[in-house]
Amino acid sequence: MVNNVKTKLASEHVDFFYGSNQALFDIQMKIPENSVTALIGPSGCGKSTFLRMFNRMNDIIPGTHHTGRILFEDDDIYSANTDVVKLRQQVGMVFQKSNPFPKSIFDNITYGPNIHGLKNKKKLEEIVEKSLKGAALWDEVKDRLHESAMGLSGGQQQRLCIARALAVEPQVLLMDEPASALDPKSTAHIEELIGELREKYTIMIVTHNMQQAARVSDYTAFFYEGNLIEQGETTQIFMNPHEQKTEDYVTGRFG
Amino acid sequence: MNSWRDKLIYIILVGSASTSILIVVLIFVFLGKEAFSFIWDPGFSELWHTKWIPVSFKKEIFGILPLMTGTLLVTALATLLMIPFGVLGAIYVAELASDSERQILKPFIEILAGVPSVVIGFFGLVVLSPIIKHLFGLNTGLTALTGAILLAFMAIPTVLTVSEDAIQSVPRAFREASLALGANQLQTIFRIIVPAALPGIIAAIMLGVGRVIGETMAVLMVTGNAAKITLNPFDSVRTMTATIAAEMGEVAFGSHHYQALFWIGIFLLIMTFLLNLMAQRVLRKYQMR
Ligand SMILES: Nc1ncnc2c1ncn2[C@@H]1O[C@H](COP(=O)(O)OP(=O)(O)OP(=O)(O)O)[C@@H](O)[C@H]1O
Ligand SMILES: [Mg+2]
Repeated sequence: MVNNVKTKLASEHVDFFYGSNQALFDIQMKIPENSVTALIGPSGCGKSTFLRMFNRMNDIIPGTHHTGRILFEDDDIYSANTDVVKLRQQVGMVFQKSNPFPKSIFDNITYGPNIHGLKNKKKLEEIVEKSLKGAALWDEVKDRLHESAMGLSGGQQQRLCIARALAVEPQVLLMDEPASALDPKSTAHIEELIGELREKYTIMIVTHNMQQAARVSDYTAFFYEGNLIEQGETTQIFMNPHEQKTEDYVTGRFG
Repeated sequence: MNSWRDKLIYIILVGSASTSILIVVLIFVFLGKEAFSFIWDPGFSELWHTKWIPVSFKKEIFGILPLMTGTLLVTALATLLMIPFGVLGAIYVAELASDSERQILKPFIEILAGVPSVVIGFFGLVVLSPIIKHLFGLNTGLTALTGAILLAFMAIPTVLTVSEDAIQSVPRAFREASLALGANQLQTIFRIIVPAALPGIIAAIMLGVGRVIGETMAVLMVTGNAAKITLNPFDSVRTMTATIAAEMGEVAFGSHHYQALFWIGIFLLIMTFLLNLMAQRVLRKYQMR
């Protein structure tokens, strides 16, 4: 999108198919490092599908295939020698519906580091504290780390999921409508958090909330029926869109 | 108008829900009524002998201890056998099998579930017990182990099917979260899905154990029917259910022997009751964690 920033992720001529049903058409996109990129567009336009290309979560859906390349720092993540485990450690994901495991808060966070081989209790404790602080949840839960994560409020659960993603020290965070199921206060909390996280992480966020996209993102990409219609700096997309479709969408004329 | 209809519906619902309470109470009352006078004549302590010799020219002995150890031994062995096959089988069917594999496996599991226990007992008598006899160099193939294997056959479909349901009802979101953190499929299965499904899996195992404790025909046919206290899988044993089934037909109505058989029934009931209690304890311990 912009030339003077380092590109973290890129999509080159990506087509994606659910069986014979094509969901993405020739998507070309560059995601700059340490920034927030918002994906917007009407329901069913392929935002989630596109987002899930970057940690290869579409792999687990049977009968899907794609063409084109997805690059993570110039490496094609779909090439045969890609280590998917490593990739998913570097590219974390937060889902629309918060999905903490039915385990304690502590065990939720340590799950990722643990499967990647970290067993040292002291280290794990440090990671728990660091991740929860990173997700602005530490003060609220520090006295009940060993209680079930299911006892947290919806907003706390979503921040726990963010903390869980941070615990494996990713470089990229993919967020699929992370606040759509939350109340306004929790949403504000998450948005604030995204603002802080962009210092250290490259973030892609799907959202249906135009104000949210405008508030939290540096860049915005507008999708329509599987096509990337327009992308650019968020201010440009919202104030001065080049395409009629984009303007109609961001001004709420359809969607 | 509306209110008496609501009331009627309410009564029907409460009635249906309470039927099982009523039935359990009725069974206890019925068993107790038949067994009651045994407590002073010949005396409750007569049940705690180490021998069961209900028919004798000298003194009859109604010690139910060997029958209890027989039931416990066979049940424990069968449980040890059915848990790995049932639970691991369920994990395979639910998580790893391809669609075509599933289509082959499922009907066989259902068929096995439907085989009458007499037929399984027959199979045990003719096929399994000679194998056991030769394999372990025993005098007889009619052992606790033989019975346990047959019981495991019978219980595995239940354990497998119910566990599979439990595994399949674990929300997709847990799987996705685990995979997105870089876990592989096996890590996801054993560290997230199985723990999340554990309450259901434990319920499945308990159903299986219930089936095993209550099963009569097959064990009657293959365990050798020797009422002795032993924990050796290669010994012949006799279970509580087999004793009731074998002797109830010939016993004199109202005799001490008759009453002792009812006491066996009462203890069976108590054992299953304790089992349920235990299951609930385990369940509570694992839920949410
Ligand atoms: N698992 C799937 N199998 C088949 N088709 C799918 C699957 N997931 C999505 N699709 C289809 O692909 C297209 C894009 O879906 P996608 O979920 O990416 O849209 P989206 O922009 O995220 O929509 P929303 O805003 O409602 O979340 C839709 O037409 C959808 O029906
Ligand atoms: Mg979506």
